[in-house]
Amino acid sequence: MIEKVLKGSPAFYIWLLFLGGIASLGVFAYIFQLKYGLTITGMSRDVSWGLYISQFTYFVGVAASAVMLVLPAYFHHYKKFKKMIILGEFMAISAVLMCMLFIVTDMGQPQRMLNVILHPTPNSIMFYDMMVLMGYLFINALVGWVTLEAERHDVEPPKWIKFFIYLSVVWAFSIHTVTAFLYAGLPGRHYWLTAIMAARFLSSAFASGPAILLLLVIALRRLTGFDPGREAIQTLTKIITYAMAINVFFFLLEVFTAFYSGMPGHQHPLTFLFVGHDGHASWVVGWMWTAAVLAILSLCLLIPPQFRDNERVLPWALGILVIASWIDKGLGLLIGGFTPNPFETVTIYTPTFPEILVTVGVYAIGLMVLSVLWKIALDVKKEAGTF
Amino acid sequence: MSTTRRQFLKIAGLAAFGLGTSTALDAATADAKDMEGAKYDVGGKHLAAKRWAMVIDTRKLESREDFERIIHACHSIHNVPSIPTKQEIKWIWTDKYDHVFTDDMSQHLSPAVREKDYLLLCNHCENPPCVRVCPTKATFKRADGIVVMDYHRCIGCRFCMAGCPYGARSFNFGDPRPYLKDVNPAFPTRMRGVVEKCTFCSERLEVGLLPACVEASNGAILFGDLDDPNSPVRKALAENFSIRRKPSIGTQPGVYYIV
Repeated sequence: MIEKVLKGSPAFYIWLLFLGGIASLGVFAYIFQLKYGLTITGMSRDVSWGLYISQFTYFVGVAASAVMLVLPAYFHHYKKFKKMIILGEFMAISAVLMCMLFIVTDMGQPQRMLNVILHPTPNSIMFYDMMVLMGYLFINALVGWVTLEAERHDVEPPKWIKFFIYLSVVWAFSIHTVTAFLYAGLPGRHYWLTAIMAARFLSSAFASGPAILLLLVIALRRLTGFDPGREAIQTLTKIITYAMAINVFFFLLEVFTAFYSGMPGHQHPLTFLFVGHDGHASWVVGWMWTAAVLAILSLCLLIPPQFRDNERVLPWALGILVIASWIDKGLGLLIGGFTPNPFETVTIYTPTFPEILVTVGVYAIGLMVLSVLWKIALDVKKEAGTF
Repeated sequence: MSTTRRQFLKIAGLAAFGLGTSTALDAATADAKDMEGAKYDVGGKHLAAKRWAMVIDTRKLESREDFERIIHACHSIHNVPSIPTKQEIKWIWTDKYDHVFTDDMSQHLSPAVREKDYLLLCNHCENPPCVRVCPTKATFKRADGIVVMDYHRCIGCRFCMAGCPYGARSFNFGDPRPYLKDVNPAFPTRMRGVVEKCTFCSERLEVGLLPACVEASNGAILFGDLDDPNSPVRKALAENFSIRRKPSIGTQPGVYYIV
């Protein structure tokens, strides 16, 4: 099926070339990072993780979100999702690849990364994170490829693949739970030390991941005419709405616990993020308020059915939701965990230009992989008459 | 049950193989037993303990010179660079009471106590979160309680820095060597991309010396075996009121402060 990549319209190759251009800018910045070290980033002794790890976290969620299509389709035999499911699985593959790239770009000694396998350390959550991510990549590649191949030959997928499909459902929950455990098990980080962390991660993932998928699918419909079906879009939107409502609810639970208990350690990260702490307000304050307003706005646009089912409003609602969840999890989560630092003082983190360039480069690589995989899927569907 | 000639030969062959290997194994274990007597000789001068610990008598550390002398002793011996940015490296340093003991003990501490500087360094915890999270065992706890780093195994993921509740770890964001004025050839310099921290001078203990900071402190810092009731640290802890940093999080720090 890989040959489908070789036969495409000029527009497709221009698109790939454009992404390749952005990716090479990222690679260029990364070469500087390899030469000079992570000193070219805005990270510091006190804020020792930055944009790379936060993007890794965010895209683990995007990868896990494929389960929101797989679970209804295979556990509840919701047939309407069957047409779109391959797009979700392929998006998971590109998202996991991006996660891996973000981890490698964050390493101080990337050439030693095999040490994680050469010296396996079962007490480290990082060890499990590596295993579940690799496993999820493998499962989605296998399931996606085998089901697409069956679709191409107009036959039922082989029975044994069912096992991997069911496994992928459990596995999707595991990747984001384990990623939450990276944060939630650290005794000195107030903002992360919360039992609800994994639940928050899953709810925000199941809102933002399908929202990104749906936005891309809507763009795809305009570009190629591929229509997943009105009902499929509406059902997925309902899932997104519930997940986002739960996500906002969970965040408010954190706010309640911090402020009603009155425990300074729990309050300080939230106050730092929204108003500044100890006389230090960072650029992130404006972003956090933007996220808060957009999160509420997205719910206002998604909960009433007359807005939710209006296909002119929907892309806006989804876009707003993605921005809100990205600021919350792709920025605030990480910065709030490191500020205030273990000395209860404030060190402000601001990503540098090269750091942003590397990040955007990884986005471009992810989008390239996604474009190629989706092209294969759509061409196979065209041939098989299931477009 | 009838046994064919073929089956008999199979079993006989396996039995012969088994006998042969067991003799070889016996010989190997005998060799290993001989080896046990010949332990690596560390020169006989090395200092040993069941649980190394430190007591800092903050009453005896007053002037800026006291602190500078101690910090310089450590940083010059261990080739710790002076990097003037937020990406700095430090093994031992000072901060104010509120930042060292963040679980504020009293709202109305005596101004002398609150305004003073306190030494900070790795706590060499009994339950070190950094060791728990390290994905490559590049940081590990020795049998004598010292938490050390293998700079050659560290992949620079900085999970240990997120894990350390005491902010004791530094990362070499860039090459540290240009920031070293005088290199001590007896201790390795580090390369960029790895994490480092205080080692309780494990390399000095090996040759019978106390940690550099202890030596430079003129008796303000005590070092000894926490498991030995007659050690200087246990005696000092028995006679004085002492505190540790962030006691509520269960790490059991090995650095005690007499305030």
